[in-house]
Amino acid sequence: MTTTAEAGGLPAPEPYPNTEDAPFWAGTAEGRLVLPKCTNCGTVIWYPRQFCSECSGRDVEWFQASGRGTIYARTVVHRAQGPWRDAAPYVIAYVELEEGPRVLTNIIGVDPAAVEVGQEVHAVFIPAGAHRIVRFTR
Amino acid sequence: MAGIFEHPGRELPDKTTAQIHAESAAGALADAGLSFADVDGYFCAGDAPGFGPLSMADYMGLSCSYVDSTEMGGSTYVAHVGHAASAIAMGKCTVALITLGGKPRTGGQGPGGAGRMGTAPESNFEGQWGIPGAVGGYALAASRHMYEFGTTSEQLAEIKVAASLHAQYNPNAFLRKVVTVEEVLDSPMVSSPLRRMDCCVVTDGGGALVVVAPEIASQLSGPKVKVLGHGEAPKHTNNGRIDLTHSGAVWSGPRAFSEAGVSHADIDYASIYDSFTITVLMTLEDLGFCEKGKGGEFVSDGALVSPGGKLPFNTDGGGLCNNHPTNRGGITKVIEAVRQLRGEAHPKVQVPDCQIALAHGTGGSLGTRMGSATLILGQEDS
Repeated sequence: MTTTAEAGGLPAPEPYPNTEDAPFWAGTAEGRLVLPKCTNCGTVIWYPRQFCSECSGRDVEWFQASGRGTIYARTVVHRAQGPWRDAAPYVIAYVELEEGPRVLTNIIGVDPAAVEVGQEVHAVFIPAGAHRIVRFTR
Repeated sequence: MAGIFEHPGRELPDKTTAQIHAESAAGALADAGLSFADVDGYFCAGDAPGFGPLSMADYMGLSCSYVDSTEMGGSTYVAHVGHAASAIAMGKCTVALITLGGKPRTGGQGPGGAGRMGTAPESNFEGQWGIPGAVGGYALAASRHMYEFGTTSEQLAEIKVAASLHAQYNPNAFLRKVVTVEEVLDSPMVSSPLRRMDCCVVTDGGGALVVVAPEIASQLSGPKVKVLGHGEAPKHTNNGRIDLTHSGAVWSGPRAFSEAGVSHADIDYASIYDSFTITVLMTLEDLGFCEKGKGGEFVSDGALVSPGGKLPFNTDGGGLCNNHPTNRGGITKVIEAVRQLRGEAHPKVQVPDCQIALAHGTGGSLGTRMGSATLILGQEDS
């Protein structure tokens, strides 16, 4: 786990890609937000997996999303544990992507107290071990 | 339901988890006038050590024709009562024992089941953000509720105040001090908008319930209450189109009311799961005690205070003040509802002539991936 200025001063736990979500992580490694879409009903799937919970389809295609979204809910964490203790205060949010899904993430690069529901944000790709995770900033 | 027991301990460094389960079981069986040898159905969840029902049936020497290790977090034990009633009705068992126990306060253990979360299919997408335990997810739900409905921190604080007014009469309560709205608002922010006093206590402890077949009940001399209705529902993240403003109670509640054949006006007392203040507010809306978004108004002006409030709740002091054993409060919700129906709550908080009570459990993360369970109980002759 690394804590770098680029990570917004936050720990960046490494994900463990599996055979279902590997294309997502291949995308983030290139600085692209790549999401699965159901080939049967066209629904954009979140979290990335090879199963559509809308139509039960099991075939997906991967496409590049815009990386833009709007904050749906947010909390400023003041009391944290372990490696996150010294990072507080920091922001956890659900960001509603332009493509529909509401994804859990951190908002970085802004004063935590100034982060509000409804603000527009965009994706940034943060090194996390051998991979990159997706946080958002204004 | 013939037997209940809430372990009096809140800090149990010298007990094992299995021991807390067994002591709780002994208490509930004694309350029912039954023994371990009478048990033929056993129910436990993720807080049970080792192999769950297999380890604990072995520890306690149970001979069972039916076991159930449902896992819906803190709501499980509310659901277990419904499952036990169904199993009994199907003839699968006649004396069902439900146990909970653990020691997150002194044992250094996380919530039951937490050890499995690393293998959850969503972990690559939810484990990177520094969620500070359960409070983070509930804070996000509170954030959205405030944004959509104008709910305030003062309104959330009213819920803690009501719980503290009840806890002062419970000698076993972890926090017995009565607090004011101002004191809640002055407590340190944990994960905005939730402050320390919006959060439940972390306690060691346990509890147990005994549900029996009607032919067994008729042979027991002690007080009994009847299981009138049960409903349960997992809620999921809806393929990422998550709606944080409601819980699974929107489904579990109507199922329980329908099965019981009662209406909201019939509920004399309600045990509402209170892992956090927002849990109570949202659940009251979801169960239909008020309109969606009006929970803040509903809980103001002492509505939850017993006796006399519109809807007396959590008269033991709830998870916010009394007890949240092993980070799972469902069993204490059922226990206090049974005490109310038996007329055995503390006289200062006993609801006069309590005929019908509701107990509701919330497990997992409010509004996201979670479990809701609702139980409606009545006096023996109801």
